[in-house]
Amino acid sequence: MSTEARAEHFVAADWGGGVLPYRVGHRKLGMWLFIVSDSLTFSALLIGYSYLRASNVWPTPFPFYPSIVFSSVMTFCLLSSSLTMVFGVSASSRGEKTRARKWILATIFFGLAFIVLHLIEWNHLISEGLRPFSLPAHWIATFTARDGTLPTPLFGATFFTITGLHMFHVFTGAIYLSVVAARVKKLKHEDVEISGLYWHFVDLVWMFVFPLIYILSVDVGGHLAR
Amino acid sequence: MSAHVEEHFAGSNKLFTSIWGWLIGLTLIEIFLAYRPMPIHYMLTILLGLSIIKAALIVAYFMHMKFERLSLVLTIVPMLVVCICLLFVFFPDSFRSSGLRYQFKEVPPAPETENH
Repeated sequence: MSTEARAEHFVAADWGGGVLPYRVGHRKLGMWLFIVSDSLTFSALLIGYSYLRASNVWPTPFPFYPSIVFSSVMTFCLLSSSLTMVFGVSASSRGEKTRARKWILATIFFGLAFIVLHLIEWNHLISEGLRPFSLPAHWIATFTARDGTLPTPLFGATFFTITGLHMFHVFTGAIYLSVVAARVKKLKHEDVEISGLYWHFVDLVWMFVFPLIYILSVDVGGHLAR
Repeated sequence: MSAHVEEHFAGSNKLFTSIWGWLIGLTLIEIFLAYRPMPIHYMLTILLGLSIIKAALIVAYFMHMKFERLSLVLTIVPMLVVCICLLFVFFPDSFRSSGLRYQFKEVPPAPETENH
């Protein structure tokens, strides 16, 4: 058989139907496609946020404590939850289902810790007076530009939308993982791996939300504290 | 551990822990950078660069893409990158709209004109 004929045969064998050309099951491929679409949702939100930020006077109100300390600990929780999840998937691949369940429960614990810390952080900002379409009065006084342009009230809208949607994903993921943990002995290994894909994706999104929303809005000179 | 488990999950726990260490380290660099005085576009470039490295580590190792077939990677990654880049099409407009901001400057009273 010539090289060309062999290549053709190889392609036909892979893509002619009846086999798994990607060597993954349809459910895992489905999760990958869902992740692609959800990545586009978050990309659109973050690019929309950047658009508003570039075209307005943007307040930079986050103090080291509580905002940056809380968000850093939240990042630590999510990264650690990804590590425990990957340990869980690894244990599941070896057929150690009980151990896999323990690691998944640890993942849920870190996910819930993230949500609790985030709600406390939201509560700090809400009690300061931040709302989706208005800023606290002392933020307006501090961050008004020299030419008199007021800081945009859309800060709250972008902040609560992006972090809220992300928190919703963490919450949904915790429910998903609870079901996987409860049924881990009945599920195939690939199903556990798919739940891991979703969880890591939630972690991945936070890797962009944290620097763009929190780190770039740090009140470096402590203007609000003065 | 059997070497020929049908659904073998490549990568050791030691490898995953070291990836976690790198991710934590890069996060600490980001927090450190937050308090360095520098122009915002430098800061944005560095932070996005670090975030892309972190995302790549998560996708490659935790999401296991490094160990998947190349055809799967080529199906998923390039289209996502292209679509995200296309979203930036709107971005230059933000600089135009920043010029449209209402300026709260003292405006001198308009000279009175005669009524015809």
